[in-house]
Amino acid sequence: MNAVLQEARPTGIVGDLLSRYPGAGLLEQATADAVPTLWVPASQLLAVLKTLKRDVTQPYRMLYDLTAIDERQRRHRDGQPAADFTVVYLLTSLQRNADIRIKVALSGDTPHLPSITALWANADWYEREVWDLFGIVFDGHPHLVRIMMPRTWEGHPLRKDHYARATEAERLQMDAARVDREQEALRIKPEEWGMKAVDDDHDTMILNLGPNHPSVHGVFRVMLQLDGEEIVQAAPDIGYHHRGAEKMGERQSWHSYIPYTDRIDYLGGVMNNLPYLMAIERMAGIPVPPRAQTIRVMLCEFFRITSHLLYYGTYAQDVGSMSPVFYMFVDRQKAYDVIEAITGFRMHPAWFRIGGVAADLPIGWDKLVREFLDWMPKRLVDYDKMALRNSILKRRSIGVGEYDTDAAIEWGVTGPGLRATGCDFDYRKARPYSGYEQFEFDVPTGKRGDVYDRCLVRVEEIRQSLRIIEQCLNNMPAGDYKARHSLATPPIKDRTMQDIETLIHHFLSVSWGPVVPAGECMMTVEATKGLNSYYLTSDGGTMSYRTRIRTPSFAHLQMIPAMARGVMVPDLIAIIASIDFVMADVDR
Amino acid sequence: MNAANLLMISGILVSVVLTAALLIWVERRMLGLWQDRWGPNRVWFLGIGQVVADMIKIFTKDDWVPPFADRTVFVLAPAIVMATILLAFAVVPIAPGISVAAEWNVGILFVLSMTALAVYSVMLGGWASNSKYAVLGALRATAQTISYEVFMGLALLGVVIQAGSFSLNDIVLAQQHGWYIFPQALGFVLFLIAGLAETHRLPLDLPEAEHELTAGFHTEYSGMKFGMFFVGEYVAVILMSGLLTTLYCGGWLGPTFGLTFMPVVWWCLKTGVFILFFILLRAAIPRPRYDQLMRFGWLALLPLALLNTAVTGAVVLLRGAP
Repeated sequence: MNAVLQEARPTGIVGDLLSRYPGAGLLEQATADAVPTLWVPASQLLAVLKTLKRDVTQPYRMLYDLTAIDERQRRHRDGQPAADFTVVYLLTSLQRNADIRIKVALSGDTPHLPSITALWANADWYEREVWDLFGIVFDGHPHLVRIMMPRTWEGHPLRKDHYARATEAERLQMDAARVDREQEALRIKPEEWGMKAVDDDHDTMILNLGPNHPSVHGVFRVMLQLDGEEIVQAAPDIGYHHRGAEKMGERQSWHSYIPYTDRIDYLGGVMNNLPYLMAIERMAGIPVPPRAQTIRVMLCEFFRITSHLLYYGTYAQDVGSMSPVFYMFVDRQKAYDVIEAITGFRMHPAWFRIGGVAADLPIGWDKLVREFLDWMPKRLVDYDKMALRNSILKRRSIGVGEYDTDAAIEWGVTGPGLRATGCDFDYRKARPYSGYEQFEFDVPTGKRGDVYDRCLVRVEEIRQSLRIIEQCLNNMPAGDYKARHSLATPPIKDRTMQDIETLIHHFLSVSWGPVVPAGECMMTVEATKGLNSYYLTSDGGTMSYRTRIRTPSFAHLQMIPAMARGVMVPDLIAIIASIDFVMADVDR
Repeated sequence: MNAANLLMISGILVSVVLTAALLIWVERRMLGLWQDRWGPNRVWFLGIGQVVADMIKIFTKDDWVPPFADRTVFVLAPAIVMATILLAFAVVPIAPGISVAAEWNVGILFVLSMTALAVYSVMLGGWASNSKYAVLGALRATAQTISYEVFMGLALLGVVIQAGSFSLNDIVLAQQHGWYIFPQALGFVLFLIAGLAETHRLPLDLPEAEHELTAGFHTEYSGMKFGMFFVGEYVAVILMSGLLTTLYCGGWLGPTFGLTFMPVVWWCLKTGVFILFFILLRAAIPRPRYDQLMRFGWLALLPLALLNTAVTGAVVLLRGAP
């Protein structure tokens, strides 16, 4: 815990709040991640959140995450208020460079809580998700319907009493009545999505863009109300890619869940492992050796490059430029060659381990990395000429889908989408993790926050990632690739046959896997698409009690209606392309 | 009509359609070449058997008409595009004596009217599909084709004024002392852009615009009816390339080396270069937005085309009629 205390940033915000609300029943909780955590009674929630957003100096203007925990089977609660369910709000202040976590204890089978959609527009989807998955009702929410599960679903999947596997469920009977019911649930009712007639003698058309459409990058639906080709209103609909990743976290051992994380942002590869493992390592107090940290950074940056290259290519393709994506796939393949040589896999290596990485770097890795570093920069110069400087592409994207820093913060936009507005918030710089503080790199920013800037920022980030990889190559520390810690590395197999203690430890750590001490911890990384966090709750077992995955794409998609109003259909395609999302990252 | 005529007509018809089908393969291979990949290279020599395989596939597909479509019009629409574009070929002189009606004194007007009629195919197809994407595509196609039809006609006037004839044969013969691409460089570029818009090829493929309208006007089409639109597009590419050759690059003219078949070779070579250029454009340029395309047409192309016509006319008048 010493390491935790050293990194804690005392902001005094808890003291401030306690003095503003004396006797209101506010209660502080210590967490492994040292984020100030405060229990607030439901009756005080709106007032406290409003204070944090508007009244305090350097306010917490971004609603970073909103989720819930089913507390009913949790054993280690250590003085926390009694609760059946806990709703957790995580607010971020970029000025303070700090977070605060607000928790509300709820009881009963159908708990109610006031909605905060009036305070934060982006609470809309988060509250719908919590309603959908936990059955917590948010009073005053404009449109509280299911978001991840089908409308006809019964029960709330992330509740502890809901089954996790289809084999535990009743047998599915698709009789005629059921088919009718499902079909009826799929029918679009435009009024429900706030689409009203423009005026009496003026007809608009409802166009259903997706879930299968060449430009929505996966299974994603946007309902459009069109006046000619101009968009009056857009309503995104998600959930088609929901695989219950958070639920799976509750029945996989800490170790065996690692491959699932790879598939959240499926373009991010091992970068997904990182926040998950960092949270476990923080809770269990496992120190990661410098060599492992540097290897992790290097591979993360490789995946940032492959993800950004795919973005770059599909972006060009979505504005009608056919060729760049093919060239970029060649480059991605070069990067994957290196990744494959190191990890043995291309897209989903699941190669990071608790306390380090799975294996040491192979002999000759430096030569491969060097080849890639020599190859890539001149290709980027070519792409500048081919795509970025093309006048048609510029005309399609400059000034389209603009938003400023304030809007970005209001909607919870992070990553390149935020930096394109001129805000230089990069988690790797602001709160360095895994040794990023030892690297020299710049944080590229844009000016206008339009489609074009979002692309420019990412292209520049590829160059910065190359810089970081080069530094990894030149300064790779010697030493262990995995922590010498009982929860990270089992005893050496040969010695297990010598004495019973070693045998027991070996047997337990390869069969059960590590037992992580009770507690909770959220760790965040600057992922390819924005900030990605894993908020883990351990109940002192071999599995996570609750795994919350906060993904950037979820937040970013919610902003589409705000950007799409009044633009034409091709602009919407450019906007969608510029957001850079993958549906697996949205729906989890 | 005698047998020779009939042979000529069917010869041109068959070779145009076959070339169009072959072009699908050529385009895929060329795009592959320019995009660092192979393209179809497995079936037979260089993958050329892909054309046959595709043909078999498309001919044996279920001939399906969506239940919500207007059946008669839906079936008729793809035939219109093939018919009109193929008819336009009648007046294109491939070589001296090898054409259907190249001497016809309203040749250019006939071509323009046929390409204008082709828009009915797209419009009716999109409308009869009774599908939203198809309607949007049809709307775009109609506006785009009608607008660019204007610039196409105006761009051609320069050539007509210089040659003093609407007959394509006469225009080729008038280029014996110099191709019109040099004096009519502006008209050439304008005609090329308008030709792109007419054929709905990639930088200006807004009626299809895969990334926006999934497949635009032919979203609901499948099997051979889709194939007609598809091949029709390639026939139109050949027609546009043939017209560019004929009007601006001296048609079949070129050194014959005493060989009687050289004019045909020259025509095919020149047309081939333009076809490849069309394909290269597709690989190179992104797609403008619909309103940008219309604005570009009316605010840039129209004045330029008028200017071209006026200046050509003035020069010809000053120098005396040809």
